[in-house]
Amino acid sequence: MQAFETLVRKYDRQIFRIAQHITQNREDAQDVVQDAFLKAYEKLDQFQGNSKFYTWLVRIAVNESLMRLRKRRTGKMVSIDEDVETEEGSVPRDLADWSPNPEQNYTQTELAEILRKTIQGLPLGFRVVFQLRDVEGMSTEETAETLGLSVPAVKSRLLRARLQLRERLSRYFRRKKAGER
Amino acid sequence: MTCTEFIAKLDELIDGSLASEVRTHMEEHLRGCDHCEVTLNTTRKTIEIYRSNELYELPTSVRDRLHAAIMARCKKGC
Repeated sequence: MQAFETLVRKYDRQIFRIAQHITQNREDAQDVVQDAFLKAYEKLDQFQGNSKFYTWLVRIAVNESLMRLRKRRTGKMVSIDEDVETEEGSVPRDLADWSPNPEQNYTQTELAEILRKTIQGLPLGFRVVFQLRDVEGMSTEETAETLGLSVPAVKSRLLRARLQLRERLSRYFRRKKAGER
Repeated sequence: MTCTEFIAKLDELIDGSLASEVRTHMEEHLRGCDHCEVTLNTTRKTIEIYRSNELYELPTSVRDRLHAAIMARCKKGC
């Protein structure tokens, strides 16, 4: 029991972040943390040990989050699996360079708001791949296993997610021309 | 190497998972292409900014409440 409590303390923040990215709702994300750990505890004997505990836990949390999102969006398609066709993210259009350390032009609160708004504008399948791969530091293979996607699908989503985020952040971070505010 | 070919390999360059021969081709392309250099640098910066900023904090009071609820239910056998 104490070992499990240590695992809860070790991973709860990550699970909360991932759930919040998917559900975009604070209460749902808190419920997901609780439900994911309880499910993990119940099924601890089924944990094979051939994937890391963390990867297994994230998979449970992703499924719980999707279930809650579906409940809130009845009738709307909610899937991480759909391949979203967008023009954006294939060929970068905004070529403006950014100011050096552009984040320093904003307060911490303003910056967090910009980053949240920007990533929330991405299709679900893109933002979750970006979150797991680039922010939580999972490998491409772990991300694919966790989300039930193929490795090429993860790679394709990651590239498009990175390029779309870059392009959208350029609005805030690009180097201002002389005379511009 | 064209810009489209460069962008297709951008992730692998950022993640450092390219064969040295391909990396050399990309570095050659970069020397003559401001567009791809800006794209590479600002994409790297995008990742770095997201990594170093916590967007969704779990307040200590909520965290403690969640822990208590989880452990109470686990003790009861869920």
